[in-house]
Amino acid sequence: MGKITGAQMLMKCLKEEGVEVIFGFPGGVVIPIYDAIFDSDIRHILVRHEQGAAHAADGYARATGKVGVCLATSGPGATNLITGIASAYMDSIPVVAITGQVATHVIGTDAFQEADITGITAPITKHNYLIKDIKDLPLVIKEAFYIASTGRPGPVLIDIPVDISKGLIEESTKVELKLEGYKPTYKGNPKQIIHAARKIYDSKKPVIFAGGGITSSGASGILTSFARYSKIPVINSLLGKGTFPDTDELSLGMAGMHGTKYANLAFTMTDLIIAVGVRFDDRVTGKLSEFAKNAEIIHIDIDPAEIGKNVNADIPIVGDAKNVLADLLERYKEYVDKKGDPDRSEWLDSIAELKKQYPLKYKKEFDGLSPGFIIEKIYELTGGDAIICTEVGQNQMWAAQYYKFDKPRTFISSGGLGAMGFGLPASIGAKVGMPDKTVIDIAGDGSIQMVSQELATAVVNKIPVKVMILNNGYLGMVRQWQEFFWDKRYSHTNIYNSVDFVKLAEAYGAVGIRVKKKEEVEGAIKKALETDNVVIVDFWIEREENVYPMVPAGSTVECTIDCE
Amino acid sequence: MSANHIISVLVENKAGVLAKISGLFSRRGFNIESLAVGPTDDESISRITLVVNAETHSIEQVVKQLYKLINVIKIQELDPANIVERELVLVKVNAENNTRAEILEIVNIFRANIVDVGKKSLVIEITGNSRKIQGIEELLRPYGILELVRTGKVAISRGSKK
Repeated sequence: MGKITGAQMLMKCLKEEGVEVIFGFPGGVVIPIYDAIFDSDIRHILVRHEQGAAHAADGYARATGKVGVCLATSGPGATNLITGIASAYMDSIPVVAITGQVATHVIGTDAFQEADITGITAPITKHNYLIKDIKDLPLVIKEAFYIASTGRPGPVLIDIPVDISKGLIEESTKVELKLEGYKPTYKGNPKQIIHAARKIYDSKKPVIFAGGGITSSGASGILTSFARYSKIPVINSLLGKGTFPDTDELSLGMAGMHGTKYANLAFTMTDLIIAVGVRFDDRVTGKLSEFAKNAEIIHIDIDPAEIGKNVNADIPIVGDAKNVLADLLERYKEYVDKKGDPDRSEWLDSIAELKKQYPLKYKKEFDGLSPGFIIEKIYELTGGDAIICTEVGQNQMWAAQYYKFDKPRTFISSGGLGAMGFGLPASIGAKVGMPDKTVIDIAGDGSIQMVSQELATAVVNKIPVKVMILNNGYLGMVRQWQEFFWDKRYSHTNIYNSVDFVKLAEAYGAVGIRVKKKEEVEGAIKKALETDNVVIVDFWIEREENVYPMVPAGSTVECTIDCE
Repeated sequence: MSANHIISVLVENKAGVLAKISGLFSRRGFNIESLAVGPTDDESISRITLVVNAETHSIEQVVKQLYKLINVIKIQELDPANIVERELVLVKVNAENNTRAEILEIVNIFRANIVDVGKKSLVIEITGNSRKIQGIEELLRPYGILELVRTGKVAISRGSKK
């Protein structure tokens, strides 16, 4: 058999892993890899900044459920990936990041464009590799994809020195996975599941708390069946949006700092939380000692380290959400068959009452542009069928509040890390993965300026994403905190009129539309959806509009700040 | 309540593994009191013995986080009541003609060894648990300890007595 270069072997292995697309940016030590890409039928999308590549790979992974791949050169190329890798890590997204490295014999000498990227990324990757022997390359690629996509998913980085990608290796090299220290638990403990089923059956006021783990496990269907069969209301975390239909009457929407008041109140009233694929983040719990004081907790998660980390679990179940929920439903049905349906009407009535009493609301009777109104219009005009990516801040919260998500993988947002500049590149990745879907980036005028160069990526590669900027001329979320908690001292949050977004769109060959009046909203969204090009709609919203309701950080639902 | 915990970790013997493990401890706010690393009977596997001062709840969390490292194969928190633990210390101590005999006596009592004899100093090797090492260190201090180096603690669980 013949020999091929390390770079060619890399492409061969990526092909075997089913990789369709790489988001990347070339540089000195990855020229051999780019030379191999030149001959490969794997699509390569050239970004304008490596951060865009990492976020795009992440967006691709979130939209498709497949592993996203990004590629950058050594040194600055690799360090530019960091924010994207960290965001994927915090939200448990399967991404494989490939970086070039200086030649093995100069590693450690502070060579040109050298950075210890495996050292730098150790805390923000599920695992990482520095390949020092070309013979290891095929196995490392196989392991990387396996580790990234199984168990609790996460990013894996592979650092490839230039002499490895230029070196020669037997084309027919065969490898076999053998990871002694990595054996995720997929099946839940049957005794714990029986215990949990009984607890649920006996509970008078249960709620399900569903998060991103439902999406990665593909458990949305079984979650919905379980909730509907057992008539248990469902609260979502931010990343859990779409795992249970927002339009279902059992849905309480999102909990937490900007969650619905009824979801937060339900947490204080419930006697049992069935938590699945969530990590009880501080943005959800507020003051931990006061969180869900009357509730016992069944905590289902594939990562044992999440159980008992922030809140104590009365019944911990380590396993894959889909498996555990299926088993749980079966056991629960046995109880129902034996003892009849438990009567939860009183609980459901009080939930319905809460929903009536504390709806999400924004000022409807005024002429200015309200973000709630715009997002409801986007929902209406897309028929609820778009993939919505967000930037980070007020735009993100409004999108989560006012668009109704009925399917998993339709809400794409940097939740844990909260990385501004995520939305545009993530929407590019999502659109590449799901070309038949309408993909919208709901943006703020602050966030979009962090990554606006990726408009070039979208236009040049004909990836017609729609960017809807909720433009208030402020770094709005920080301004909101300054208004509430810092005596309206708007220190460095005013960015009014710093960019003409219509001209910016045009400069990149995209279409720009400015909207200042309520009656123009519908027409602008329609035009954006109909245009077969990248479109920026620049909505000039009410400048000091706040995200309501708001439970201040480290506080409780009693301290909720609400819209007058 | 915080206490010393002895954690024994079996890892794949690969570059960067120790950095990942020690990094995990510092990242979660733990100070490693002592650390010893060496290959096991299987040279592809190393054993890392760590002593960490922490609360029981947080040590459980760290152990869970450690398990998430792909190169970690097995973790054991050792029960201090049921282990044999040893440290090795080398002490270079001042030894004048008039004090040499006294020092030799201390060395004998503690079943330590003289491993180097200089004109004005002795190097003593002591193996034992922390208490023994602390004991001899205190007795030698008045003579003037010039240098002291100790390994991290290593420990192994006792065999079954039944």
